Amino acid sequence: MNQPTIQPTNQPTNPKIRIEHVSYTYDDKTVLRDVTLAVPAHAVTVFLGPAGSGKSTLLRLINRLNDVLDHTRLDGRIFLDDQDIYARGVAVSDLRRRVGMVFALPLPLPGTIRENILYGPRLAGLRDRGRQEEIVVRCLTQAALWDEVKDRLDSPAVSMSGGQQQRLCIARSLALEPEVLLLDEPTSGLDPISTSKVEESLFELKQQYTIIIVPHSVQQAARVADHAAFFLTGELVEYRPGRELFTAPRDRRTEDYITGRFG
Amino acid sequence: MMLGILAHKPANMNTARRYAVQRLGFGVLILASLLVVAPILFVIGAIIARGVGAINWEFLTAMPRDGMKAGGIFPAIVGTLLLTLGTALVAIPFGVGGAIYLAEYARDTWLTRAIRLAIVNLAGIPSVVYGLFGLGLFVLFLGFGTSIVAGSLTLAIMTLPVIISTSEEALRSVPVEFRTVSASLGGTRWQGIRNIVLPQALPGIITGVILGLLRAGGETAPILFTVAAFFLPRLPQSPLDQTMALPYHLYVISTQVPGMPAEIQYGTALVLLALVLSLNVVATVIRSYFRRKRQW
Amino acid sequence: MNTSSRIRLSEFAVEALVRVAGFSTIGFVLLIFLFLLREGIPVFLQVPLDNLFGTRWYPTFDFFGTLPLILGSLLITFSAIVIALPLGVAAAVFVREVAPNWAREILKPMIEVLAGIPSVVLGFFGMSLVAPLIRTTLGVPTGLTAFTGALILAYMALPTLISVAEDALDSVPKSYRDASLAMGATQWQTIWRVVVPAARSGILTAVMLGMGRAIGETMAVMMVTGNAARMPTTLDSLFRPVRTMTATVAAEMGEVAQGSTHYHALFGIGIILFLITFLINLAAASAIFQKRRRGGLR
Repeated sequence: MNQPTIQPTNQPTNPKIRIEHVSYTYDDKTVLRDVTLAVPAHAVTVFLGPAGSGKSTLLRLINRLNDVLDHTRLDGRIFLDDQDIYARGVAVSDLRRRVGMVFALPLPLPGTIRENILYGPRLAGLRDRGRQEEIVVRCLTQAALWDEVKDRLDSPAVSMSGGQQQRLCIARSLALEPEVLLLDEPTSGLDPISTSKVEESLFELKQQYTIIIVPHSVQQAARVADHAAFFLTGELVEYRPGRELFTAPRDRRTEDYITGRFG
Repeated sequence: MMLGILAHKPANMNTARRYAVQRLGFGVLILASLLVVAPILFVIGAIIARGVGAINWEFLTAMPRDGMKAGGIFPAIVGTLLLTLGTALVAIPFGVGGAIYLAEYARDTWLTRAIRLAIVNLAGIPSVVYGLFGLGLFVLFLGFGTSIVAGSLTLAIMTLPVIISTSEEALRSVPVEFRTVSASLGGTRWQGIRNIVLPQALPGIITGVILGLLRAGGETAPILFTVAAFFLPRLPQSPLDQTMALPYHLYVISTQVPGMPAEIQYGTALVLLALVLSLNVVATVIRSYFRRKRQW
Repeated sequence: MNTSSRIRLSEFAVEALVRVAGFSTIGFVLLIFLFLLREGIPVFLQVPLDNLFGTRWYPTFDFFGTLPLILGSLLITFSAIVIALPLGVAAAVFVREVAPNWAREILKPMIEVLAGIPSVVLGFFGMSLVAPLIRTTLGVPTGLTAFTGALILAYMALPTLISVAEDALDSVPKSYRDASLAMGATQWQTIWRVVVPAARSGILTAVMLGMGRAIGETMAVMMVTGNAARMPTTLDSLFRPVRTMTATVAAEMGEVAQGSTHYHALFGIGIILFLITFLINLAAASAIFQKRRRGGLR
């Protein structure tokens, strides 16, 4: 367990996000230990690992969503386009407009479908009706939801099915035209059909966005990953192109995990 | 279901005995609950029965006459409304603001714990001690005299812990995920609170504010030395005037004025009780209506 | 950017404002204590201690013995708790563990109504209806007795007591109940032997908060206890008039000259009341905080 952190074997030439020596403790418990990796632009990178491996925490750190928690400690640095996102003077809300997030459970805000999509842009100061309409259409289309809800944009978001709600949440984070999209087990509550719809939309989206996803199964990871990072008890074990990691893992622990021997 | 099966086996005396004990125990619990509830009904029933005869248009809208033994209680009603309004003006911003701070901003530090301790203690300070404090600070030290201002400020500080506690609870009952989602969409903390959290918590906050203000409006001890006029057959002209107030008026006519007709006493008690309880019901209805309507 | 800096400014302003509101509570507690001290300290300088804690309260003749008042407050507070504790715990157990839904739907609002009745109304009710009843049934010279006060106070403490006791019962894990029932215990045995004992620290907190409420109650007590400042040391004291600290302050403050020894003495009583309730609430709060300790996450 004590071997030094494995350096990424595929150092991308144009990393969108660089994570350097990040350690994180919460309530004196170590959640992440000296993690270093670089996330390439316009690709799907998968953070893989059993529960408690720190993958979701790392995802939230990229969006600074853990800022509000007490009794935490973060060491190391995270760069977005060569800018340290934890540096003094960084406006957190501006960062979060560039880095969108979709959570494990569909979490529609109170209000209508339209209001959910426009929540972010309106906070950012968008008043123009026409632009708002464009955004609603574009995002719902990108999230493969437009045909299903185009006639009831003003009904409550909670009236949709679980799968629709989750795609609404993806659409909602696209409304800000982020550069990076973080997805934390976005299909964990969904049926197989909804799941494949979400996965399909990922293939569309990666042309435009840098995507990091914590998948809800190894199979899903193998389906979507361009690059894959395997975490275990807060450490980065292995980080390689997805095809290599899933077909020829170098570390014994990675192999055990992807062949279903634990986790 | 178990009971039915066991009832067929009287041979097991121990079991039969245990269920007899259970029936006895439940009987005691029911009796105790009746003892709690019956006097409440009795208080309300008695005051309605004996006071309703006094209620008429004159009683509600006229000045008192004949050393308060006749006429109406209009200035006391107006005084109580004014005092409650004054209390609201001060207690709502401080109370709701404090609740927002505790629920949304405060981190878990010793200073935050000190605030919580202060709130618990403010809630526990006897009402008459608030009266002393109001007399010392507002009436004498700040020179407001016995006035609506002094009384309202005293009542406001007394009401603060109620409003803070209920509002904080309402804010905390809004799922934490809403804040996270708002933040993840680039919302600042305040934007999330203003656009999502506050609207969702509003019914709970309103209920808490109404309940707190009702407590203030029904209080007597804090206004004894800070506002209340024994007998003042005119309406206050400025915030620095004294005023009559319903609770104090009831105290006065039931203990300080010999030969007071009982009907006027009960009538005054009924008006005070009706005001307080009807608004109490309004507050409860708001809360349960929105609780059923909300989407989470 | 202009919007961005405006947002940042309002963000800062709002946080500052609500922070001030939050911290004001500490300020108010300090301010209250400060002004009680300011007006109350002189009495400790002007009157010797053996007089202050003597057995006679006759301010007109410069006797400022607070002992009968303190004992009077304690007598009716403890009597009130003795009445309220079994009623309150039984009602809380009934509401939480036994009552069918319809009974709960009636009981809970009734208890909230009780909490909402102004103390002066209960006092009025006590003096005009309860006191005569007590006089005739017990055959005592006056119905305005410590017992009458304790009875009214018990009902005033009940809402607090019941709701805190309910929370305590609520926090007993369901697994305790399941385990007990699975071993063949009846529902009553489960309540009596498992649930109530498991909730006892919470019930103790409820008692303390109820006591705090009772000792500080003013109007109702003043109107029904007869207000005789005698030492409640005889056996029949419960059924004779008594006078509390709160009633003394409320009744006499209106008639004293500002700055007189009597005036300062009433503030001195205020200091004693403040300290007693402060300690009671501190104890109750630390019990509550301890329970919450690990749950500080938003």
